[in-house]
Amino acid sequence: MKALSQKRRHPLAAIALLLMGLLVTGGLYAVATTVNQAKASTSFSANDAEEGGKLFAANCATCHGMGASGSQAGPSLVGVGAAAVDFQVGTGRMPMQMNGPQAYKKPAQFNEEQTHQLSAYVASLGPGPSIPEASVLDGQGDAANGGELFRVNCAMCHNAAAAGGALTRGKFAPALSGVSEKHIYEAMVTGPQNMPVFSDANIGPEGKRDIITFLKQIEANGSPGGADLGALGPVSEGLFVWIAGLGVIIAFTIWLTSRTS
Amino acid sequence: MGNHSDGSPNHSGTVATAGQNEVEKFQDPGLPPHRLRLADTDPKAAKRAERQVALLFGTSVVGTLIFLVAYFAIDLGDGTGIATVRLQNMLLGLGTAFAMLGIGTGIVHWAKALMPDHEVSEERHAIRTEEDRQAAVRIVDDIAEETGIKRRPLIRNTLLGAVALAPLPALAIFGDLGPRPDDALKHTMWAPQDGKLKRLARDPDGTPIKAADVTIGSAFHVIPEGLNELHEHKLEEKAKAVVLLMRLNPESLNPSPGREDWAYNGIVAYSKICTHVGCPVALYEQQTHHLLCPCHQSTFDLTQECKVIFGPASRPLPQLPIAVDSEGYLVATSDFKEPVGPSYWERDEHERSINA
Repeated sequence: MKALSQKRRHPLAAIALLLMGLLVTGGLYAVATTVNQAKASTSFSANDAEEGGKLFAANCATCHGMGASGSQAGPSLVGVGAAAVDFQVGTGRMPMQMNGPQAYKKPAQFNEEQTHQLSAYVASLGPGPSIPEASVLDGQGDAANGGELFRVNCAMCHNAAAAGGALTRGKFAPALSGVSEKHIYEAMVTGPQNMPVFSDANIGPEGKRDIITFLKQIEANGSPGGADLGALGPVSEGLFVWIAGLGVIIAFTIWLTSRTS
Repeated sequence: MGNHSDGSPNHSGTVATAGQNEVEKFQDPGLPPHRLRLADTDPKAAKRAERQVALLFGTSVVGTLIFLVAYFAIDLGDGTGIATVRLQNMLLGLGTAFAMLGIGTGIVHWAKALMPDHEVSEERHAIRTEEDRQAAVRIVDDIAEETGIKRRPLIRNTLLGAVALAPLPALAIFGDLGPRPDDALKHTMWAPQDGKLKRLARDPDGTPIKAADVTIGSAFHVIPEGLNELHEHKLEEKAKAVVLLMRLNPESLNPSPGREDWAYNGIVAYSKICTHVGCPVALYEQQTHHLLCPCHQSTFDLTQECKVIFGPASRPLPQLPIAVDSEGYLVATSDFKEPVGPSYWERDEHERSINA
């Protein structure tokens, strides 16, 4: 301990600490993602549905009604399918924190197993989109085709760089970086909240796989040109140019006309 | 303005005079005393400035090298990721910036720190003398006299006529630049061709859409069948004909008289071109049934035939009348009943003739 406390003011200590932090986060992330991939089971047992029914009655029935038949506060969930529940509960959007134009993404309230049971219960109420197979989530599709489909169908709301954008009256399309493959797929199939539905008759499973490939590709490629300023286009870029660009020009004129000491 | 240093009386309104008849005089303050720079007195400082200038020029050399290395060493063969392309772009930009800035700042610093900086004043000269003016007038008179333009009106008048007529060919040529739009804005590709109704097809792959494919809450981005097979003016046709196809509960639609059969089972098709300035209105909210234009936030309400409920657009989006053919595919029963997109000069006339 003594050696450690002596070396903590070493100039390289900060770098070492940073490296350690990065390694730990990266390692945890790698473990977390493999865990996610491992559990892509889509089969539900009768027990799952029964347990899910109990969870539903305790946590969701206030708004969605007993038997998920809907109430004034929330829509009926008969026929929305397991994919809708997995998306809404898995991303923390449901249970909703408060009434508002839109449910926000937040840390999930239920763990993987409970989400699975809730999905099983809602899926048992009526046929609907099921949780996607791992084969369409592998990110090995055609990124170029995915990019074209994304620009035609998604980019108007989610931004050409998938950075998200505003809608009417307080609603917005969220940014898509950091969203898991499964949740992207489920959002397309179920059309959560104000997002339109992109059923398999519109964009087939292959097309959806391509879109996911494209999204993961642009996410992995990052922004080698430096800060992308939120990828929001002329607003943030214009602000930067007006402040930084004009600032540099003013600084140069001051330097040009000043006397050297 | 008078020359302040020549001692002549100055009666400019902006200068306050102290006494009634006193003449305000400015003493020419002359140049301030010359102040030596550090580099003028201290050889070490001069040496330092020299090194700084050399360093700036060196930066320029490095910038050029960065450019060359980035250009030749980064391989952009098949299968190059977008990251590599953007990395090369950034290095090319940085290289050029350093190459130019290095030379520029180096020269400025050299001039400011090392080159002689003694002040020089130049006397102001009179702008014009009477003799110069006379001489110029004489030259013009001589030209007029020697060309004989006053004595020979025939030459003068034919020259004037020739010069006046010479630009006419240009008028004719520029007048024919490109085809005139005529009534291109009046029609779109949706008009039935040879009695055959156009099917609605998916953008971008052009496959036709069955009515059964369009589930409630869906939004399809639609192009007319056959658009992808066009060889000429494909983009122009697409820009006019793009349509957004959505399905609502039939009860939420409130069609006005005469438009009841423009929808099929709650499936409606609307032009995607904003009536304000023509941006694609494709931000569809499936619960509120609002369509939002991303450019100026014009908002259209699908349940009221795309009436404008917010923003600068002045007309609802044009609706495309649709039906289902014998094979179950969605077809457009006619072209739009009004010109799509923003206003233009002949729009009212075109709309009248479409509905006539």
